Amino acid sequence: MSYRILEKKVLIPGQTTLLVVDAPHVAKHAKPGNFVILRTSDKGERIPLTIADCDPEAGTVSIVFLVVGKSTAELNTFEEGMSLPDFCGPLGKPTHIEKQGTVICVGGGTGVAAMHHIAKGHAAMGNQVVAIIGARNKDLLLFCSELGSFCPEVLVATDDGSVGHKGFVTEVLKQRLDEDKNISEVVAIGPVPMMEAVAKVTKPYGVKTTVSLNAIMVDGIGMCGACRCTVGGETKFACVDGPEFDGHTVDFAELRMRLGQFRPQEQESMALFQHKCKCAEGK
Amino acid sequence: MSESSLKAAKRPRTDMPTQPPMERIRNYLEVALGYTEADAMAEAGRCIQCKKPLCRKGCPVEIDIKGFIGQLQKGDLPGAYKVLRDYNSLPAVCGRVCPQETQCEGECILGKNPEKTGGPVAIGRLERYVADTFAARLAAGDSACIQLTGEAACRMERPELRVACIGGGPASLTVAGYLAALGIKVTVYEALHEVGGVLVYGIPEFRLPKDIVRREIDAMKALGVEFKTNWVGGKAITVQELFEEGYKAVFIGVGAGLPQFLKVPGENSIGVFSANEYLTRVNLGRAYDFPNHDTPIFKADNVAVIGAGNVAMDAARTALRLGAKTVSIVYRRTKDEMPARHEELEHAIEEGVVLRCLCGPMECLADENKRLTGLKVQKMCLGEPDASGRRRPVAIEGETEVIPVELAVIAVGTRPNPILLEATKGLKLNKWGYIEADAETGETSIHNVFAGGDIVTGAATVISAMGAGRKSAKEIAKRLLGMDL
Repeated sequence: MSYRILEKKVLIPGQTTLLVVDAPHVAKHAKPGNFVILRTSDKGERIPLTIADCDPEAGTVSIVFLVVGKSTAELNTFEEGMSLPDFCGPLGKPTHIEKQGTVICVGGGTGVAAMHHIAKGHAAMGNQVVAIIGARNKDLLLFCSELGSFCPEVLVATDDGSVGHKGFVTEVLKQRLDEDKNISEVVAIGPVPMMEAVAKVTKPYGVKTTVSLNAIMVDGIGMCGACRCTVGGETKFACVDGPEFDGHTVDFAELRMRLGQFRPQEQESMALFQHKCKCAEGK
Repeated sequence: MSESSLKAAKRPRTDMPTQPPMERIRNYLEVALGYTEADAMAEAGRCIQCKKPLCRKGCPVEIDIKGFIGQLQKGDLPGAYKVLRDYNSLPAVCGRVCPQETQCEGECILGKNPEKTGGPVAIGRLERYVADTFAARLAAGDSACIQLTGEAACRMERPELRVACIGGGPASLTVAGYLAALGIKVTVYEALHEVGGVLVYGIPEFRLPKDIVRREIDAMKALGVEFKTNWVGGKAITVQELFEEGYKAVFIGVGAGLPQFLKVPGENSIGVFSANEYLTRVNLGRAYDFPNHDTPIFKADNVAVIGAGNVAMDAARTALRLGAKTVSIVYRRTKDEMPARHEELEHAIEEGVVLRCLCGPMECLADENKRLTGLKVQKMCLGEPDASGRRRPVAIEGETEVIPVELAVIAVGTRPNPILLEATKGLKLNKWGYIEADAETGETSIHNVFAGGDIVTGAATVISAMGAGRKSAKEIAKRLLGMDL
């Protein structure tokens, strides 16, 4: 069985791509917060990617990825009509979504894509969703209009001020929390420093804060513990106990360190891949 | 008993040719090379064909051991294979990975007085010989059925009778092979990208070549078994949905996959792995061939493996093959209590694995970058026997030691994986979280839902999982075909 790519959209050239994949059984069961594990070849490694959107009727699942290493670089070479050899999901516990009032969803970088699916879930439940998204500049902003279609407010922060607030999403978040005391939950998905910063900002307000941890995984079904992280002083597996946890109790320093454990091998693998690409291009 | 057979029995067991230790730790190829025809005939000749064979009682699937060795003595290889196949769906696998010394060979009459007899008949090695040699002699045009049953033709296909297996390990493969040979259409849903379960992600290539597993799976495919990889039972499909899709029975063989950790400080440091992660990266991900394969593995000069079962031995020997200079097995009791299969322990020692007995892990020490630098252990001595009958390790107050290592692999057992269990309403579990299944049929608290293997018993052996699969398969066949088998 293989999984055909029905649509490929380059969101940021050379960097971020959206793929719509034909996987009816995954689409049927996928809920906001779930992720998939895929491989790009029969020699590929298993990599987890959070589901950005799904359409059970069309039987499709959308994923968005940032090219960070060999596997994502190879994934970026897939075009419409090609098929992925392995696409496993939905995995992880879905987001806990209940009718609760106003929810702020914060997304940074590629994390906006995963946040989009969760924000959509909250909106569908009847919650008021405030989206806060950030990027370095306006050309790198993702899912702005998609979020606008169901969020009454989409607040933007860019590093260079090319659109929205000049600065970090946390500054926008803090202002919003000061203005509105009735926020029931903050969801943050993005780079680890961003999620850590969001949790720090919300702590004094006592607002429930949910983060989604992008730990290194192998099987994604609880078998190996590669993705273990410390939450509230206990070891949890991001793949089956999460990936979402209470941001106020996550040991982010440990997560950062564990994310870097294979860095030398990742660099070696990427260098080899780039070399092969250059050779193929005859350079 | 004739004079000549008594004489044969007194010969020592026929050695298994192996790769020399210092050569094999530099490759990933199989260690035990298998009997030649002469070896096999010599060893088969040692079997005295007891009137009341004890060996069979030691076998979890009650193989007619006397029968298959008897055929071999007569030089009838297909006959020997047919006998094995009547009881065991994966003889080439079991011949390699069964703990024969505590099963069939442990009961063999020749083992009762080894000084006089030369020890028990090497039943496992003969089983492997028969399975491998039979497969090697199969012609390209031979039907898959002959490999699965030893018979030239299978029963008529009954496509309207569909059975689903969740999990693609030894228990499910047994169910699939057995039912497919009866013409029942089986679909196996496997969570990982390759079928075989522990045979593929857990047991290393040097102990069980993946080609052997593939050969069995290919034979099942040829008989119409469908394998769906990347399908996580309880996530991508539920038991309820399987019945809605028209399956008449469901077999759950999802294994006991969750790794136990030690719950000691520093356990999340870089360089500390569960055995499942370490072995899955190397075996399923082929990380021994990085960067040709993409899955990376952590290499280190000094390695400690905590635990002393088969999985621990596999991890230790894998670390050696990945270039480690020192590899220690760290164990709270002594060599005599080690649960590993005898041959694995002996092979590990031959290869240079150091046994650090009577050491209980206390802490994983790490540097400022949280990279593992050592394992602090509590020295132990043996006290009174505990509930398991083994002498309980007792801490020697104040005596600790630091073993300098950059890589630690934790191989202290597993727990049930809750994914499918939580998603299946009405499935009754026992107090340890494993599925409650009928001892005779394997049926669970849900009608026509069966379970077997580690998810029922907790971590056990390949052969006991297969035994459970066989019982369930028989019951399923009986219900679907209305016949007693």
